[in-house]
Amino acid sequence: MSVIIQTEGLTRRYGRQVAVDGLTMEIREREIFGFLGPNGAGKTTTILMLLGLTQPTAGSARVLGYDPSRDPLEIKRQVGYLPENVGFYDDLTGRENLRYIARLNRIPENKIPGEIEAALTAVGLNGEGDKLLGAYSRGMRQRLGIAELLIKNPKLLILDEPTLGLDPDVTNKMLDLIVTLSRERGITVMLSSHLLNQVQRICTRVGIMNKGKLVAIGTIEELAKRKPGEAGGPNLEEIYMRYFKET
Amino acid sequence: MWTICRKELADHFSSTRFLILFCLILMVALVSTYMVASNIREALEGVSKPSQVFLLVFTTRGEFFSLVQFIAFFGPLLGIIMGFDAINRERQHNTLAKLVSQPIFRDAVINGKFLAGVITVSIALTALLLLLVGMGLLTVGVVPGVEEIGRLVLYLIISIAYVSFWLGLAILFSIVLRSLATSALAAVALWIFFSFFIGFASSLIADAVSPVRNPRDPEELVANRNVSDAVNLISPTVLYSQATSSILDPYRRTRSNLVLTGPLERISMERFRNPLPLDQSLLVVWPYLTTLGALTLICFGLSYTIFMRQEIRSL
Repeated sequence: MSVIIQTEGLTRRYGRQVAVDGLTMEIREREIFGFLGPNGAGKTTTILMLLGLTQPTAGSARVLGYDPSRDPLEIKRQVGYLPENVGFYDDLTGRENLRYIARLNRIPENKIPGEIEAALTAVGLNGEGDKLLGAYSRGMRQRLGIAELLIKNPKLLILDEPTLGLDPDVTNKMLDLIVTLSRERGITVMLSSHLLNQVQRICTRVGIMNKGKLVAIGTIEELAKRKPGEAGGPNLEEIYMRYFKET
Repeated sequence: MWTICRKELADHFSSTRFLILFCLILMVALVSTYMVASNIREALEGVSKPSQVFLLVFTTRGEFFSLVQFIAFFGPLLGIIMGFDAINRERQHNTLAKLVSQPIFRDAVINGKFLAGVITVSIALTALLLLLVGMGLLTVGVVPGVEEIGRLVLYLIISIAYVSFWLGLAILFSIVLRSLATSALAAVALWIFFSFFIGFASSLIADAVSPVRNPRDPEELVANRNVSDAVNLISPTVLYSQATSSILDPYRRTRSNLVLTGPLERISMERFRNPLPLDQSLLVVWPYLTTLGALTLICFGLSYTIFMRQEIRSL
């Protein structure tokens, strides 16, 4: 299995404040990697550095073999990034929003309608493509967000809080969608969240960040085993809380 | 960049804003033709050998204003309307982070938006000018000559540059300021200052720097006037009116507003009043044109740099 994301001592300071402090980690192909941590732990900053949208103060990263500071365009071509609270153009329909993204990705004009249909079908929005975005529910918007990523046929998806503010039913559908994409298309997924039981349900590996530092990384079983003698099964919530008592 | 430009153009054309704008243009065209038609006779009175009459369609002051004055005052508003929410609208709708994570260079966003604005403004101004030419032909019945057409084209180009300056300024505010209302207000405030208050400001500064102690001393008067003119030149509105007045009025041969002449000299000047050829007019206003162009470039360059350096986190 090849390495998709690799970071070496990745650091980002804002003035005196250290947002990300010496982050070293690896994400391998076809993983669903859960990126955990409290608000302000540095998750989003890390993601922005991986995409080349923010320059690291120190350290280096490689995404799909490219250096984000040097080749951001190549990375953005192959990586789908869903920002937290993603927005859309409310005065356009879902299909028009997708078409704009497709054009920005330089998909040939004659292939765009087909790609749009495929992306809408994949996220289960085929009937809603011609509605204005203003009429979309939060769950639909989030799914359209995923469709916008699929249209560029990505190798890696980076999802920042993809289930934030969704009701339990929609959340489950969203998680199922992520798993399906990963299994059927072989897409690697990195998702940040603080909803631990969701992460536990779908993620193959997790990393926990706190105050800019990566405090733990591994499969849930590995993390649970690290302290022998502790009672209870491998429950992510217990692991998570344990790391916060320590740090 | 072209994709963004195309989308922005589509946005501009389908927006209610543009519809309002179009109605406004139509109204202005109608009103000014009407005023010109009723006033051009007076304007021509006493001119022994009228030439380039067609240009009078644009410079004749009717009851309220000439078209040239109108564009000098309200052209900025056009630019501000097109640009004040360029970047911060995307920010408010959380679409900016998505946009910059597409495989495009970051400057494509701002270039595309600026370009789309300039294209829209060009279309609006060209439409206005053509409408006026058409209605002028109908009402006045004078056919413009080649030189007049040349002057009009030049005027159009300067006007587009002028409105583009305000567009660039509005985009700059939309980058720096978060809220839509604040950026619109900031741009409008600057517009009001440059259009209405620069006159007060310049005479205040001129009185402070070189006061006129003896109102009969021409040297003091000229010095005072020079300072005030220099201060006035900061204002793009002043630059624009100065530049276009000489372009559209071939009888103007100097840039300075104050020429001290005795009564005899004045009579001889009136008698030998002949229009300047186009290239000479152009030469007269060249400094204004370059300054206006420089201001536009500075504005756009500033927005460009700020936007490129802005932390994505704060987008």
